[in-house]
Amino acid sequence: MTAEKIRYYFDHNATTEVRPEVIEAMLPCLGKFYGNPSSVHSFGRDARNLLEVSRETVAKLINADTDEIFFTGCGTESDNIALAGCISAADNTKNGLVTTKVEHSAILKTAEVLKTRGIPVALAGVDGSSRIRLDELKTLTGGNTILVSVMHANNETGVVQDIQAAAAVAHEAGAFFHTDAVQSAGKKVIDVKAMNIDMLSMSGHKINAPKGTGVLYIKKGVPVKPLTFGGSHERGIRPGTENIPGIVAFARALEIAVAEINGKKEKLSALVRRLESGIEAEIDNVYFNGRDAERIAGTSNVSIPGVDGEALLFSLDMAGIAASTGSACSTGEVEPSHVLVAMGREPKVAQSSLRFSMGYGSTEEGVDKILEVLPPTVKRLRSISGGL
Amino acid sequence: MYSDKVMDHFENPRNVGGMDKPDGIGKQGNPVCGDVMEIAIKVKNNVIEEAKFKTFGCCAAIATSSMVTELVKGKSLEEAELISKQAVADALDGLPPAKMHCSNLAADALHDAILDYKEHHKG
Repeated sequence: MTAEKIRYYFDHNATTEVRPEVIEAMLPCLGKFYGNPSSVHSFGRDARNLLEVSRETVAKLINADTDEIFFTGCGTESDNIALAGCISAADNTKNGLVTTKVEHSAILKTAEVLKTRGIPVALAGVDGSSRIRLDELKTLTGGNTILVSVMHANNETGVVQDIQAAAAVAHEAGAFFHTDAVQSAGKKVIDVKAMNIDMLSMSGHKINAPKGTGVLYIKKGVPVKPLTFGGSHERGIRPGTENIPGIVAFARALEIAVAEINGKKEKLSALVRRLESGIEAEIDNVYFNGRDAERIAGTSNVSIPGVDGEALLFSLDMAGIAASTGSACSTGEVEPSHVLVAMGREPKVAQSSLRFSMGYGSTEEGVDKILEVLPPTVKRLRSISGGL
Repeated sequence: MYSDKVMDHFENPRNVGGMDKPDGIGKQGNPVCGDVMEIAIKVKNNVIEEAKFKTFGCCAAIATSSMVTELVKGKSLEEAELISKQAVADALDGLPPAKMHCSNLAADALHDAILDYKEHHKG
């Protein structure tokens, strides 16, 4: 009987496993609490209770009011409703959108589509560490801007943006401020009141809850029109029978994540330091994208000139290590990582980049495995490219 | 995603490296995905005696350039000119559709090398 090969997962920014405590919390929803929260009878009331308790839990964790929390199907959906829904509710004199060049495609693609519909859209650039240029944001945000959207933490580099400063820029121009907090929720403390945030997106499967649940926080008074239509669920913002198991799981997962923020930060920062210093010691001519900016703990993005990211990924995968890359060939996209390019990396260097993202269950043993496999792989692939 | 043959050529590529005094060099790049390949050939009596390659690119890029150097060795220039991207892909037991452009690159780099040889050995 062959032993199962040991695998090490370093792609937590892509998705995460569901934690046992979260599974435990959601199982009754798959069992006896199957009622429809909209039903009048006791089955419905039980489900409705679970829904509202979860809502209250999530609200408290980001210091929002309970009725400012809306459950969606995912982070992408939350981003879509925030952007397109807010623009849709705006009038023609003030309907512009300002966002950044390093946002997730859920934001950028939505912005692109809005632009084709005649909405003024502007993208602020970033510096060499992928921090947004606030002066540029300020220049682009004007009297006709209704919404500014800046992500809290970048999924590729982990870099944290100064969203309080960005929110101030928005408010000064009389615009609302949205942040895509999909990568930062459960890793950075979020207080929507103190940070003056008008809308915020979160995603369950990034915080050890199952795929299929997102959250959109909308501050009272921010007009948002729904993108889909049907019943009156989620006050009409996102109709459809609520995913009770997913929602209960989300609330529990966020609760655990927020409680563990400090411990996790310490542990994951140490693992990243171990990884990055090990890589630097063993491989010459490498650089870490975003390292000199504040990053959420656990993300390391490294460019290794002379080798293709996909080739690196495959070699790592054959050794049981799961990571990610922004190179064109591997994602099926035509362009190399827009984030790295926006930071000033040449496309070829962006092509040569790897992302390791750590989380629940990541160990020193896993990091050491990367350090065992990566240097000889780079050496081999660099000898094949021979300076090309 | 990849056939065993592709993985074999990726893990154990044949004919890697540069050549001392090549008779022809061909270089091709794909601006879309950033792959770059360089193929060098040694020709004697109209036959390709030796072929070497350098490649910056994904698994398929490395495998196709490795395979193309294997396919040409011992072939006449005329036979080598007929090697197509499909022939390279077939020799590797197939490539995913998204990666066919890599085999295209390898075949083009080879033809480029042959052209280069012909330019320098006219008459």
